[in-house]
Amino acid sequence: MFRLKIIPDDTSIPFVKLFKLGFVFSIILVLLSIGSFLYQGLNLGIDFKGGILIEAKSKQGNADVENLRSVLGGESYGEVAIQLFGAKDEVLIRIQKQDGDEKAQAKVVQQINALISDNYTVRRTEFVGPTIGAELTQKGIIAVISALAAIMIYIWFRFEWQYSIAAIIALSHDVLTTIGFFALTSFEFNLTTIAAILTISGYSINDTVVVFDRIRENFRRYKSWEQIDIINKSLNETLSRTVMTSVTTALALIAIIIFGGPVLRDFSTAMLWGVLIGTYSSISIAAGLLTFVTISRGGDDNSDVAKAELE
Amino acid sequence: MLQFESWKRFAIIIVCLAGLFAALPNAISVPFFPGKSVNLGLDLRGGSHLLLSADIDSVVTERLSDISEGIRISLREEKIKFRSLSSDEDSVSFLLRDLADSQVRDEIMSDFGNDFIIETNAEMTRLRFSESGFTELQSRTVSQAIEIIRRRLDPDGTKEPVIQRQGADRILVQVPGIDDPERVKALLGRTARLTFQLVDMRMTGAEAKSSGRVPPGSVLLESASNDGQSYVVEKRVMVSGDMLETASAGFDQNNQPAINFSFNSIGAKRFATVTGKNIGRPFAIILDNLVVSAPTIRSQIFANGQITGDFSIQESNDLALVLRAGALPAPLTVLEERSIGPGLGADSIQAGKVAAIIGIILVVGYIILSYGIYGAMASVGLIVNLILILGALSLLQATLTLPGIAGIVLTMGMAVDSNVLIFERIREELRRGRGVRDAILSGYSRAISTIMDANLTTLIASILLYIFGSGPVRGFSVTLGIGIITSLFTAILFTRLLIVLWVNAKKPKTLVI
Repeated sequence: MFRLKIIPDDTSIPFVKLFKLGFVFSIILVLLSIGSFLYQGLNLGIDFKGGILIEAKSKQGNADVENLRSVLGGESYGEVAIQLFGAKDEVLIRIQKQDGDEKAQAKVVQQINALISDNYTVRRTEFVGPTIGAELTQKGIIAVISALAAIMIYIWFRFEWQYSIAAIIALSHDVLTTIGFFALTSFEFNLTTIAAILTISGYSINDTVVVFDRIRENFRRYKSWEQIDIINKSLNETLSRTVMTSVTTALALIAIIIFGGPVLRDFSTAMLWGVLIGTYSSISIAAGLLTFVTISRGGDDNSDVAKAELE
Repeated sequence: MLQFESWKRFAIIIVCLAGLFAALPNAISVPFFPGKSVNLGLDLRGGSHLLLSADIDSVVTERLSDISEGIRISLREEKIKFRSLSSDEDSVSFLLRDLADSQVRDEIMSDFGNDFIIETNAEMTRLRFSESGFTELQSRTVSQAIEIIRRRLDPDGTKEPVIQRQGADRILVQVPGIDDPERVKALLGRTARLTFQLVDMRMTGAEAKSSGRVPPGSVLLESASNDGQSYVVEKRVMVSGDMLETASAGFDQNNQPAINFSFNSIGAKRFATVTGKNIGRPFAIILDNLVVSAPTIRSQIFANGQITGDFSIQESNDLALVLRAGALPAPLTVLEERSIGPGLGADSIQAGKVAAIIGIILVVGYIILSYGIYGAMASVGLIVNLILILGALSLLQATLTLPGIAGIVLTMGMAVDSNVLIFERIREELRRGRGVRDAILSGYSRAISTIMDANLTTLIASILLYIFGSGPVRGFSVTLGIGIITSLFTAILFTRLLIVLWVNAKKPKTLVI
């Protein structure tokens, strides 16, 4: 019977030998991310920076970005960014936070509506005042940090502290490189990006847990084996599943990237990146770090797996 | 024979049927069917989301100014001599001229009660809001504002706007399905405090402006139309907008848009008295501290009147509406706005549907290629999962947003993971030489702990997203969270039931997964 198998049964890839290469690669990737973050910075959306965003559709023919630029650039709004959005007749207009309080911002929204209403239909208006921008930034940071902390605690409970530390380093690696991905590509960093980062964290840890589960199980099964061999075997055993799941998730994401419309494109592209980096880090970072610490062979553990083993 | 308790089978079927029933209203409209369809977020059906902040400080300043006038009257009644009576944004203060009056003063001040803190120090008196008094004022102001906003945005009670208090002084307004978000802001942008005050004849507006002095008890106000005119009007409010019975848009004798109004019985009585006594004097009609017009009283007027001014038809309609709804207790500031036109929402739904269908086809195709008939069973599980998510969203009346659709598509990808874990385990067990029955049993029992760990961590992330997220992000976390739970159900129970039924019926000697 035909079966599509990207990964053949019973692989014996020497992952342990590749860890060094992986670490070097990851360190470069993280440094690149931090550098890009510091040097280029993030293309912060209005959610965090405050400001105005207007999506407009041309009433007739294609949108004339140049003309819009000169019309809106003529007013003293400061930085105005105009770009085509999804289709040739749709534009996205971004205007920086205006001096003054919330009322000053609201006034500009009105003025722009009036300026473009002859040729364009306004499809979306978003305006975030300075007060809210600051609050959303704070909330976003709290969300990511508390998610990392909660996941770390969970892993600590379910496994041992060595696993928990390895998992959190792998997870931080994913978060950092995802932020780096946003800095490097200049994708807009907004509230949905925070959602993407948290989902990537969830996905990555999901992957890591599957690998860890297997490592723990094999530690109990092959008590006389070397630690490195156990880790290597576990990675090989779970590889087929890892690839399978990454491919299905990636397929779903590719469908959103291509067909889900422009609003979801950046979000799902970031997620796709996250799936790749999350899969990579579970093997290379999370499992790789476990080769450096001594792991107890847990005979006294009474977790579900141990029980399952006894049945 | 693989065991599967009949109560479990029964429960699984019940859950699936319940999900199907709950999801049904989304597919077809069944008359008299009790369920509701999924609640679409503003980003999908179009509408306006506004976060407003009520300007409590201005309410405090105003209250203190009223109190200061009240104190002035009480002190005069008691014939107490005082000086420097004034109010600012946080307190009212005055000085006694004669310390002998301090006992009477203390009696007067003791009437103010718990909402205020009163400090007296020899001749000096200062009154300010206590913390509880301020909180009380704030909470009352916000709830009044919510009531007025509701009346302004939804005079007919048909639009189902969401108007909620958020935090101490914020109000969240969500109005679905509107074409012109600017109009919502126009309706909320003015306090609409209407007052009728007599014009002070001692001084013209121009004189007051050039001298910089206004006669005591009066105040200088600008004209509402941009003609640069100003008026000196008496501070005393003769009649105010809260005594209006109705207001409606109409036209004046020159066929210009105007607002017709009539007073309730108290207002009419007062209005008649004032107009009767002051024939020949100009009477200022003041809206939000701007003089709309100041016509001269020609004869005694009873219940009905007309406000003329520089209005467009839309403005006169809106003005009539806000006057009927009543004045806001505090000015509102828009802190955050997200408005989506109906066209964009429809496009997003369309794009989301296409992405979901193609995503599912890709995923299903891939797992069938990888696991054959068992992959097909997992695919049936996937469809059941989708129906359950839809059913749960409808049942909980959770809001489905565009990122929420992405969440569903993503769940499709991840839901397969549980099946993959199980199938890979069974393959491994088969390779180890176990029989069909053993391989399935131990494949499931070993995979389940991994599946639980893996899904719980994602569930943690989605709960945190829900706590810290807002709007569309929240919608995403809800679908992700529901998706995790339903996918656990379909992978661990539903697909397992299918496989057990299949294996029991076919009794295969060998198993190829």
